[in-house]
Amino acid sequence: MAWTKKDLLDLEYLTAEEITTILDTARSFYEVSTRTIKKVPALRGKTVVNLFYEASTRTRASFEIAEKRLSADVLNVNVSVSSVTKGETLLDTVKNLCAYKIDVIVIRHSVSGSPLYLARNIEASVINAGDGAHEHPTQALLDIYTLRERLGELKGRQIAIVGDIAHSRVARSNIWGLTKLGAKVTVVAPPTLVPRDIERMGVAVSHRLDEAIARADAVNMLRIQREREKQTLFPSLREYSKLFGLDEEKIKDLPEGMLVMHPGPINRGVEISGAVADGPHSVILEQVTNGLAVRMAVLFLVAGGTSLHPESLGT
Amino acid sequence: MTLLIKNGHLVDAAQKLDGAGYVFIKDGSIAASAPGTPPASLHPDDVIDARGMLVTPGFIDLHVHLREPGQESKETIESGCRAAVAGGFASIVCMPNTVPTIDHASIVKFVHLEAQRVGLANVFPAGTVSRDREGKELADIGELATAGVVALTDDGAPVMDAGLMLRALEYARMFGIAVMDHCEDPQLTNFGVMNEGFYSTKLGLRGIPSVCEDVMVARDILLAEYTGGRIHIQHISTAHAVRMVREAKQRGVHVTCEVTPHHFSLTDAALSDYDTNFKMRPPLRAEEDRAALLRGIADGTIDAIATDHAPHTDTDKNVEFDYAADGVIGLESALPVAYTKLVKEGALPLMRLVELLTCGPAAIIGKDKKGTLRPGADADVTIWNPNASYTIDAGAFRSKARNCPFHGWAVNGKVIRTIVAGETKYEAV
Ligand SMILES: [Zn+2]
Repeated sequence: MAWTKKDLLDLEYLTAEEITTILDTARSFYEVSTRTIKKVPALRGKTVVNLFYEASTRTRASFEIAEKRLSADVLNVNVSVSSVTKGETLLDTVKNLCAYKIDVIVIRHSVSGSPLYLARNIEASVINAGDGAHEHPTQALLDIYTLRERLGELKGRQIAIVGDIAHSRVARSNIWGLTKLGAKVTVVAPPTLVPRDIERMGVAVSHRLDEAIARADAVNMLRIQREREKQTLFPSLREYSKLFGLDEEKIKDLPEGMLVMHPGPINRGVEISGAVADGPHSVILEQVTNGLAVRMAVLFLVAGGTSLHPESLGT
Repeated sequence: MTLLIKNGHLVDAAQKLDGAGYVFIKDGSIAASAPGTPPASLHPDDVIDARGMLVTPGFIDLHVHLREPGQESKETIESGCRAAVAGGFASIVCMPNTVPTIDHASIVKFVHLEAQRVGLANVFPAGTVSRDREGKELADIGELATAGVVALTDDGAPVMDAGLMLRALEYARMFGIAVMDHCEDPQLTNFGVMNEGFYSTKLGLRGIPSVCEDVMVARDILLAEYTGGRIHIQHISTAHAVRMVREAKQRGVHVTCEVTPHHFSLTDAALSDYDTNFKMRPPLRAEEDRAALLRGIADGTIDAIATDHAPHTDTDKNVEFDYAADGVIGLESALPVAYTKLVKEGALPLMRLVELLTCGPAAIIGKDKKGTLRPGADADVTIWNPNASYTIDAGAFRSKARNCPFHGWAVNGKVIRTIVAGETKYEAV
């Protein structure tokens, strides 16, 4: 199926077919990174701007490497909140960049909806690299890619997402993507971290980690982001870790094939113990590798690429 | 100076008048209003033929932000009054959250003088409850009342200190004015930007729980009941708040409330693409809340339709969602939205709609010569065509602002002429 969208803003409004198109394209790009010369000319002559309004090491590195392996010209713009308050608006900043005839903007922003707001106002393609608590589509796509590689068909599979669901864009994108592909999603957290009416997004809610992981094919452990909270939502990290942290004790009776995921960066000893993060169930580093292929695919598709065979592009 | 309005369909809720009739105006007052054709003995200086039109008392809006003094780039008393008469409003109550706030007689005087200079709508300032709207100590309420404020409110913010609210309700009693409250507990709002529910969850926007309004409405009702003071709930938005006001009225508590057109015609589903023209406080609520507002409108629990006209510049609104200013404008869309949604598409009797726009609000600010066509009343008259169908175009508004959530709506009901004290202040082209 051909890709027709100018932007990648969310998974909510993608079809299962569009998600599959991205994942299949990613699979072709995965191979590029196994070569000695890890570069294809797919985006030669295209300019990509990574516009980050929120600090991020991982996502930005992943996008930047993906862009460079596709031969794009890359500009990184990091806007600190202090210069935002000095006055230039997001739209002014981006319209200035667009005056250079750039092709793609990868944006991370702390305010939900900002990528859509941009996409409506500019001609360049917009890729959402995480907006507030709304969506983080490339993270969910790489999670789903990893699950598909390990589990095959996702229809009927049980996936548990554990942690700060209320503030997590990773959770929302995963929920949309996984449910569209037929997986059964359970979100697991204390009630204070479960946003209202989330059941209407097609998920089950559990407050018991042991029960949820007992029937899960995979568990995605979200980072606890205390800095996002404006009020106390649970008594202490110690208590959170006891109730919802994944450690060897909780995982010891689970089948070998049960996958443990984490979008990073990990708070070792809080939501996940070091032993579990590095243990046999963990696919955390695979997620990182797969993320590169997924981001190459997304950049390639929104920039107008249609060929699913990067080999044919030469090296 | 006399004026005869004839051949129109009179609707005056205060007189239970609903039918073909005429209005005779003499020196700025209503001299006669009656069914049928005018007697031949009348020799008016001027005649308006209102054939096919509704002739109602001039509308009254209890909740308008004129922004002057202090924020004239958003709106001025002049531009706001132009918008008011274009929307059929002969009288507006302006909110005191200006810069400086209306917490002194001198500011009240300034608003009166400027409104007089503009000479369009009647402008009735509300004064603050607390000095500088800080919620700490009472403003000089007696001085404000003497200068002519028609109510007290710290609108934009609630009066959080229950002790201060209790004293305000007690003290205001001696001047016969109501205390109006913007009911919202900020601890529960907790930096929220839209109604908390499925849509805030899906959009990843911080939610404002409806209970943040409910707890304040409950408190205010109890304080009003205890003190015997008059409380008016501004821009009521939740099902529980409506229920509590209904119950309190049955107990005889002096409580009234207003509803905005956006709260009874829109829900939080409208936020789905992060359009900041749907961002305001209280936020657009869930469908259950909207349904409860409609019931409250129908059964008399709700006393007035008020716009909470809150003008902002494009710079205030054309930014990321969290950073956008709260508020929407409403003066020039209130009648068509209310008529279309409540009467044409709803089942509300036209008389009830007129009551909500005229004698309902007049009673709350104690203006017994407003909101009616009764002989002796001030000659404020709105003539409008319920059948005119058109599309709302915010670009054509008289207001300085364009932050209208109804832009592009197909509506019925068009203001044809607004008469204030016997003089035409607006006429549709
Ligand atoms: Zn308010």
